[in-house]
Amino acid sequence: MVVLSKIATNDRHGENSPYFDGWKAYDMNPYHPTKNRDGVIQMGLAENQLCFDLSEDWIRKNPKASICTAEGVDEFKNIAIFQDYHGLPEFRQAVASFMGRVRGGRVKFDPERIVMSGGATGANELIMFCLADPGDAFLVPSPYYPAFDRDLGWRTGVQIVPVHCDSSNGFLITKAALEAAYEKAQEDNINIKGLLIANPSNPLGTVLDRDTLKSLVSFVNEKNIHLVCDEIYAATLFSTPNFVSISEIMQEMEYCNPDLIHIVYSLSKDMGLPGFRVGIVYSYNDTVVSCGRKMSSFGLVSSQTQHLLAAMLSDEEFVGNYLEQSSKRLEKRHNAFTKGLAKAGITCLKSNAGLFVWMDLRRLLKEQTLEAEMALWRVIINEVKVNVSPGSSFHCSEPGWFRVCFANMDDETVEVALQRINAFVRQEKDGNNKAQGKRTKCLPKKLQLSFSFRRYDEGLMSPHIMSPHSPHVPLSPLVRART
Amino acid sequence: MGFVDRSRENLLSKMATGNGHGENSPYFDGWKAYENDPFDASENPRGVIQMGLAENQLCFDLIQDWIKKNPKASICTPDGVDAFRDRAIFQDYHGLAEFRNAVAKFMAKVRGNRVRFDPDRIVMSGGATGAHETIAFCLANPGEAFLVPTPYYPGFDRDLRWRTGVQLLPVVCESFNNFKVTRKALEAAYERAQEAKIRVKGLLITNPSNPLGTILDRETLRSIVSFINEKNIHLVCDEIYAATVFSEPGFVSVSEIMEEEITCNRDLIHIVYSLSKDMGFPGFRVGIIYSYNDAVVNCSRKMSSFGLVSSQTQHLIASMLSDDEFVDRFIAESAKRLGKRHEVFTQGLDQVGIGYLKSNAGLFLWMDLHHLLKEKTFEAEMELWRVIINEVKLNVSPGSSFHCSEPGWFRVCFANMDDSTMELALTRIITFALQSKELRIQRKRQCWASNRPRLSFSKRRMDDIMMTQSLLSPHSPIPQSPLVRART
Repeated sequence: MVVLSKIATNDRHGENSPYFDGWKAYDMNPYHPTKNRDGVIQMGLAENQLCFDLSEDWIRKNPKASICTAEGVDEFKNIAIFQDYHGLPEFRQAVASFMGRVRGGRVKFDPERIVMSGGATGANELIMFCLADPGDAFLVPSPYYPAFDRDLGWRTGVQIVPVHCDSSNGFLITKAALEAAYEKAQEDNINIKGLLIANPSNPLGTVLDRDTLKSLVSFVNEKNIHLVCDEIYAATLFSTPNFVSISEIMQEMEYCNPDLIHIVYSLSKDMGLPGFRVGIVYSYNDTVVSCGRKMSSFGLVSSQTQHLLAAMLSDEEFVGNYLEQSSKRLEKRHNAFTKGLAKAGITCLKSNAGLFVWMDLRRLLKEQTLEAEMALWRVIINEVKVNVSPGSSFHCSEPGWFRVCFANMDDETVEVALQRINAFVRQEKDGNNKAQGKRTKCLPKKLQLSFSFRRYDEGLMSPHIMSPHSPHVPLSPLVRART
Repeated sequence: MGFVDRSRENLLSKMATGNGHGENSPYFDGWKAYENDPFDASENPRGVIQMGLAENQLCFDLIQDWIKKNPKASICTPDGVDAFRDRAIFQDYHGLAEFRNAVAKFMAKVRGNRVRFDPDRIVMSGGATGAHETIAFCLANPGEAFLVPTPYYPGFDRDLRWRTGVQLLPVVCESFNNFKVTRKALEAAYERAQEAKIRVKGLLITNPSNPLGTILDRETLRSIVSFINEKNIHLVCDEIYAATVFSEPGFVSVSEIMEEEITCNRDLIHIVYSLSKDMGFPGFRVGIIYSYNDAVVNCSRKMSSFGLVSSQTQHLIASMLSDDEFVDRFIAESAKRLGKRHEVFTQGLDQVGIGYLKSNAGLFLWMDLHHLLKEKTFEAEMELWRVIINEVKLNVSPGSSFHCSEPGWFRVCFANMDDSTMELALTRIITFALQSKELRIQRKRQCWASNRPRLSFSKRRMDDIMMTQSLLSPHSPIPQSPLVRART
């Protein structure tokens, strides 16, 4: 019997969860506007696909940004052999400058504190390795991004202690909730090393106001624990209130210990470049910068990509225009989507950032339980044919909430999705509970809500699909490094 | 309940405040010396020449030529930009199918197509650095150990141990039999572990070897495979230098042994690979894990999220490595140039009787300077090393940094510079060797006639050129050996 490690055989990679089913359904039957209008629309992927025209246009006009163009190939060798974990200075400067722009020029970032990592996925893991020992814990307000469980804890042995927030106060993080969670951890002999927040929030799409941020900073200072701020959605802000970064609070508060403050960032959401694996750790703690930098050897950004982004992000005119356009287009998309949902009588948490909305379907639940949420979710996938993410996958303590992504598709697909959702809600209202998906008078003729059990079962039964060798493996959400 | 008294010491993790990163070793002095005074043919011709970096810089002309002719390989050229968006959003940890196919094909070609690699077993990682760490996370628990034949690549100490908590135990190999990995040495290492109550989970070999530049013969490989099967432990084969083999005997990969050995438990066999050495692309961070164990493929693939290859780079590599004609030509030409460089270097050393391990692969030579040591100790080795860096002005790597059990060996890299720099480095070594010989002869005589001119040297004079033609090459300015220092 061949023995692997405990890490290799435990479940902390997070892929054995029931949420796998939603992805299976999508992968086996993906929507396509012409080839498969009946397929499942992917609304479970938080991607920003609205501004590629701008990036592509810039690429065409800036051949020197590539080491493969005629204009840029003379740099090929120097870049190909560059593996210094400090990163290209021009890359660090460009990222620092970009981060400053995203925060309206209200703060300056020091390029010497920019540390690379394998995407935000790698950044979150790296920061845990620096700040906590196996068995230690971090407080994380829920609902939170599901892959934090893997990123923060799988190989590090760090635990997450959720701080549950709910709709009674718009999911705000209160000092009381933090204190309560901290105290309980003390009682349970769990060593809390820090607090991790995502601001803007995934899945809520909201930002933390200045007072809340200040109170979080006081809290961590008081307990002498770390504050890790995942600001990966910083530039997805599309309306008021303004985004306040922890870096701004640092400038304002006199009694904040900088050694406790760390930012995780990435270009995956703000620039729509998840494939490029550009993760950033920015710490105000010199030892963490130093240690983090050494650890970055395990996940450096490809020098080819550093070179490209150094050029792109240091083009101030391009950056200014991109940020403005991106924000505008996200706002437009958000408004179109939320209006469409409102027409169907569906409300969402009021949000002003992110690539998704936090949809409230509590009134559609048979009962306010997790099981009912999962049942509703299966119906949404299999009958409405929209892959959304159930709140329980975000560790939301209140059943009935769903995260729905809206920035990873074109306008027409949004329309189709809205029509389907509208139709479904009306159907539910009429009290028709069609697990078998019969056609009803309420449904537009072109939408065939027919659910094929046979097709679904084929997916489950066919062994080769589950083999790691098959190219047709249905992909779990975690297959994409970040969803 | 208020305040918790948390001392500054445990504010960070043990990992962050410990030395597991390996950078607090004295070997960093060599790098510091280089960084403070780096050689440049025009700007700083008397600077320190970097010979501590195992990089393959001999074939960039071929690469650049291919790049110019294949604009679609980039997502940034007019020809390729239509693929930009799709690649930019592609973050699937399986990797681009064309990337996996191209890498699998390349790996096979490097092994003379004697084996086939399954693209579905190709798993990405953050360079070979990330691959080793990931494989350790998959195979061993904290406190468990891997056996590693010495001398070995210093980075293993960090890659396999730092964040994983896994230990490395040496399998001592010695010069008397050319550092062969013997069954006896393996058994001895295993027994030592048992006695120390350390659980051995696997054996890590590097083939071709860094720092030796040699390959494992078929018989040794078979014996290694049989050893690990017997003990039911894993075998991790780092084949990162596979395409740097430039002369006979031919390279035998563990994958070939797998084809032959039907009794081997395939679940124990794993290969680590990268394009950093064979192609000369360390900056691109293309690490590969190839395991014959399905659970390991699965698990390491999930872990690859922490260090995926940039999709921009996957796209480029997929295109380049699937160009059969280019790949065949590159592999052949690279081996040829490495062979030539190795020949030039070794012939130079032969002139002055500097010994080295006979090798046929790698980007370096394992040089034997034990006769230059004041005494056969590691302290003497370090002293000699400092002289080589500070006065001969070459950054080489002392054997002790590779955990070599015998003092006096130095790894010297020869593929990371152009021909003229190589010449200059060689001349500096030759001079140094001759002067050392001279010094030894003088010492043996133990006689200084009073009217014999005193050889006085100072650092400043070392920059001057004054040696007789009979001792040196007439072509280059020579810094004078530090070992000849006498005072009036």
